[in-house]
Amino acid sequence: MSEKHLSSQFDSDLTSVSTKLMEMGGLIEIQIQNAIQALAQFSVPLALEVMIAEDRVDAMEVAIDHALTTIIARRQPAARDLRLLLAISKITTNLERAGDEADKIARRVKSIVESNDARKMPIGDLRVASQMAVTLIRRALDAFARLDMDAAVSILREDDLIDQEFKGFTRKLITYMMEDPRTIGDSLNLLFLAKAIERIGDHAKNIAEFIIYIVKGTDVRHSSLTQIESVIR
Amino acid sequence: MTLPSDSFSTEEALPAEEAFSAKLSIQDLNFYYGKFQALNHINLDIPANCVTAFIGPSGCGKSTLLRTFNRMFELYPEQRAVGRILLDGEDLLASRQDVALIRARIGMVFQKPTPFPMSIFDNIAFGVKLFESLSRIDMEERVEWALKKAALWDEVKDKLPQSGASLSGGQQQRLCIARCIAIRPEILLLDEPCSALDPISTARIEELIAELKADYTVIIVTHNMQQAARVSDYTAYMYLGDLVEFGETGQMFFKPSRRETEDYITGRFG
Repeated sequence: MSEKHLSSQFDSDLTSVSTKLMEMGGLIEIQIQNAIQALAQFSVPLALEVMIAEDRVDAMEVAIDHALTTIIARRQPAARDLRLLLAISKITTNLERAGDEADKIARRVKSIVESNDARKMPIGDLRVASQMAVTLIRRALDAFARLDMDAAVSILREDDLIDQEFKGFTRKLITYMMEDPRTIGDSLNLLFLAKAIERIGDHAKNIAEFIIYIVKGTDVRHSSLTQIESVIR
Repeated sequence: MTLPSDSFSTEEALPAEEAFSAKLSIQDLNFYYGKFQALNHINLDIPANCVTAFIGPSGCGKSTLLRTFNRMFELYPEQRAVGRILLDGEDLLASRQDVALIRARIGMVFQKPTPFPMSIFDNIAFGVKLFESLSRIDMEERVEWALKKAALWDEVKDKLPQSGASLSGGQQQRLCIARCIAIRPEILLLDEPCSALDPISTARIEELIAELKADYTVIIVTHNMQQAARVSDYTAYMYLGDLVEFGETGQMFFKPSRRETEDYITGRFG
């Protein structure tokens, strides 16, 4: 039994596209980290950096898709190779969208700073969820590099925690807004930021699901955690 | 979910639920070239009106298995098959039926086109005459029917008296398929029917295979895994005389249940 193909060129094509994906992932990780930092410090220069990185991310997405279509056209992959390539394509889309969320956070930070509302924004409550989101993306990429299903399942579990944070935060904002309608403007900004963070967590979760798909060949999207755990057992 | 294991047996290779009706049922089949055992305890049901493909590396026994279905091996005294091959319940190996009659029910097309050294018309009519005595008009109808079935009629209808050898390789292979179906067999055995053909002729034959399965049970041996993936409904993977895995083709090429199969179809074997 062998991990390597008879064609070493095929192996190097697969390695190369996986490496490109990891590079893109690294870029997204920095983008999200910077967006969260920009939010914590209300830093426009950092927010601008996030927005500039968006073009590079888009270019990487196109390059990875091109590499994937070339491999499929030339090699007609089957079984786990086919699953790997399909999953890379989907993971790329998820990374690009996570990058879009970082971009949204950056743009919102910039507009908050420009409207001089920054000081009174209670952003402390977003710190936990945003750190969790960055960590989840990083761990999803690590789990992909090692095709580690246990790590993938723990990401799914933790994304549920971010979702719970988001729900709790939303309830809190509603209370603020009901108590004092003057906070509605700020609260909407916060809600928007919290939603972006929650979406980043969702993309990490999607990536984790594709790791299970590569290894097990089972599509676990839209399945409950219990069902997924029974699949990998 | 089936996890790969280190050893395999033919029992495990069978799909858990067989929803199809078996045209050909192979039961504990062993095959010997003299003292060398080339097939080991093969158990397999081949579904009716489907295309079943056999894949596997050279020497794995897939052509040997094909040649047992119409007792072609009996031409060589040192070769023998032990076990049962049931065609609609009747054991072909134990049958006292004339092998020519069995081969009329189970036709075979070989790797290289083998037109008879006679006219295109006679290539088709020759086999029919062995089993039926048809009037001239009926025979002409039969030849036309077979050539149309084999998607060759439009290309040869104006040159039926010409030699079969005057056709291109792809046309010759379709002529052989026409010759085979002219005697209205129940099963068509195709032993690498496209390996000597160009991509266009291959595509024509594959198209033809897809049409023929409505009327026949088609069994194809191919080295070209993409061809197996394209044309077959079920795929069997063989290795060193064992049937490693048998299953629905889409599943076999997307998520085979055995690691050995996966290594072979992804090009990791070796």
